[in-house]
Amino acid sequence: MIEKADQIFVLLAHWLVSFLPAELQHAAMVLLGVVGIIATFPAIFALTVLLERKGLGRMQNRYGPNRVGPYGLFQPIADGLKSLTKEDIVPFSADAVVHLLAPVLLVVVVFMGYAVLPIGRNMTLVNMDAGLLFFFAIGASTELSVFMAGWSSRNKYSLLGAMRAVAQMISYEVPMLMSSVAVVMMTGSLSLNKIVEAQNQYTFGLPHWYVFTPWGFAGFILFAIAATAETNRSPFDLPEGESELVAGYFTEYSGFKFALFFLGEYVGMMGVSGLGATLFLGGYSAPLQALDFVPSWIWFFAKIMLAMCVFIWIRGTLPRLRQDQLMNFAWKFVLPLTLLNLVVAGMWRFMGDGWMRWVVCSAILLAAYVLMARVGMRKERFGPRSYRYAE
Amino acid sequence: MLGEGILKGLGETARNFAGSFVSAERLTTVQYPEERAPVIEDTRDFPFLVYDGSDWEAGLRCVACQICEKECPPKCIYIVKSTDKKPDYVGKPQIYPTRFDIDISVCMSCQICVEVCPFEAIKMDTQFELSTTDRFGGLLYDRKELARSNEYYHSIHPTEAAEVDARLAEEKAKSDAKAKAAAAAAAAKAAGTVAAATPSAAKPVTPASPPSTTVDPAEGETKG
Repeated sequence: MIEKADQIFVLLAHWLVSFLPAELQHAAMVLLGVVGIIATFPAIFALTVLLERKGLGRMQNRYGPNRVGPYGLFQPIADGLKSLTKEDIVPFSADAVVHLLAPVLLVVVVFMGYAVLPIGRNMTLVNMDAGLLFFFAIGASTELSVFMAGWSSRNKYSLLGAMRAVAQMISYEVPMLMSSVAVVMMTGSLSLNKIVEAQNQYTFGLPHWYVFTPWGFAGFILFAIAATAETNRSPFDLPEGESELVAGYFTEYSGFKFALFFLGEYVGMMGVSGLGATLFLGGYSAPLQALDFVPSWIWFFAKIMLAMCVFIWIRGTLPRLRQDQLMNFAWKFVLPLTLLNLVVAGMWRFMGDGWMRWVVCSAILLAAYVLMARVGMRKERFGPRSYRYAE
Repeated sequence: MLGEGILKGLGETARNFAGSFVSAERLTTVQYPEERAPVIEDTRDFPFLVYDGSDWEAGLRCVACQICEKECPPKCIYIVKSTDKKPDYVGKPQIYPTRFDIDISVCMSCQICVEVCPFEAIKMDTQFELSTTDRFGGLLYDRKELARSNEYYHSIHPTEAAEVDARLAEEKAKSDAKAKAAAAAAAAKAAGTVAAATPSAAKPVTPASPPSTTVDPAEGETKG
């Protein structure tokens, strides 16, 4: 029974496919998986948007949307209808083709990332040996879409936003990759399924998640920072900083294209959350052995939603960074720590079992953190501002 | 230490989030159509015409002097004077407006009409839910739509209305005393000279100039 609940979608797909002739079955299975992903994640996106609007409201001591339906539950539907019925404006001097392609590309690319994510036991669409590599390769293509949007709009705000976005995404992709490399080192595989399976073990009923090791914890925090920046979320939302750039690279988008950008952004966030959960939080495995009877896919979605809640919480708390702070933070703080984390992960691997490696690894990371914060992030003091030409 | 402030901030927002479900005073939002914030007494938006008694047409205080029409900065008032007269609150026959229109889509709520009115006839309303689907006719109010009773005025601006009533009562007492004195003088005169005296005691008090100015445009309009 428990086994059936866990595999319900797999069994359902097999049952549906069994009606087809044998040569079509494989293609039909893939198609079903794709449809499942494309149907599920926008639904979660609608839920997340509602959660975000209501949660942010509560954090600012207001109600949030509560007019459409009971407790404002139908607000996402109203939002969707609104963006569907709005006029689609393309600027006169914009490159219409690229302008149209940019949001489409973003959504396509973002959905492709889900192909390798293990959503549940036996629920990976493409069980690739180099799944992690595929995810990062596909994830990097979002930069292309962002720059297409900024460049084709022929608008200075769009272009500035796109340039900021590309600079930021490239800068933070390095630490994001580096923090995942530690996981690859420990697992010995790029396959996301194998990474989850390596964490899906229990001692004394507690899981072997990588986040519960010193290097894994540091890696997870660094990954989370880089992922936030990678998805252009607050406090790293400079590319769409309303106060400076109107709306950044999608200034010139309206109607459904804007909605597509919005969708792409959130689905991308969910994808990155899913990757983070897979790498550090044991993917679809239960947090306690006693809870193993709950279907695996429920755990995966629970972890994604938890990550989204943290995203919202951080957005409600932190103000936006300045461009130089953003770059300093990436290159002077996050990147050195991820590099150190690789060394620590190696030490952890070769120090053998015992309490010694816990102490040593934690001490190194903590010392590095304090030192980097003191030295690397020290506020630079400049003298009084001097003007050469303005006076 | 780096990150300490972030944790503190996260704690603050978490406290706000949880607190907004528990304590009502955190949520200061007044959910408008169902709940309303109490109206401040001195609030104002668009003018209305005050009338005394129960009949709005008879009790209208306005004497169509057209001062407000002339002073109105955006020129949103339109007045047509009557050719006949009706008695005002002291019983003196006065001209009244046959048309008094205010276009509240033009009105800028400056209250100058209220300040210049010598007859306490025009006051500011507090009614703000005036939305209409007809943008031109729906926002052009005629004198019937503008007429509000003195009791209504008391209910929206009690302090100001009490002051106005006191002032009007004082003026009425003064004019009554004058009329009485004039009547007494006339009676004395009548007793002295046994001539046929006219009973109108109010005649010398009536200003002579307004009727002469009013007759001309009114006649012009009837001709046109």
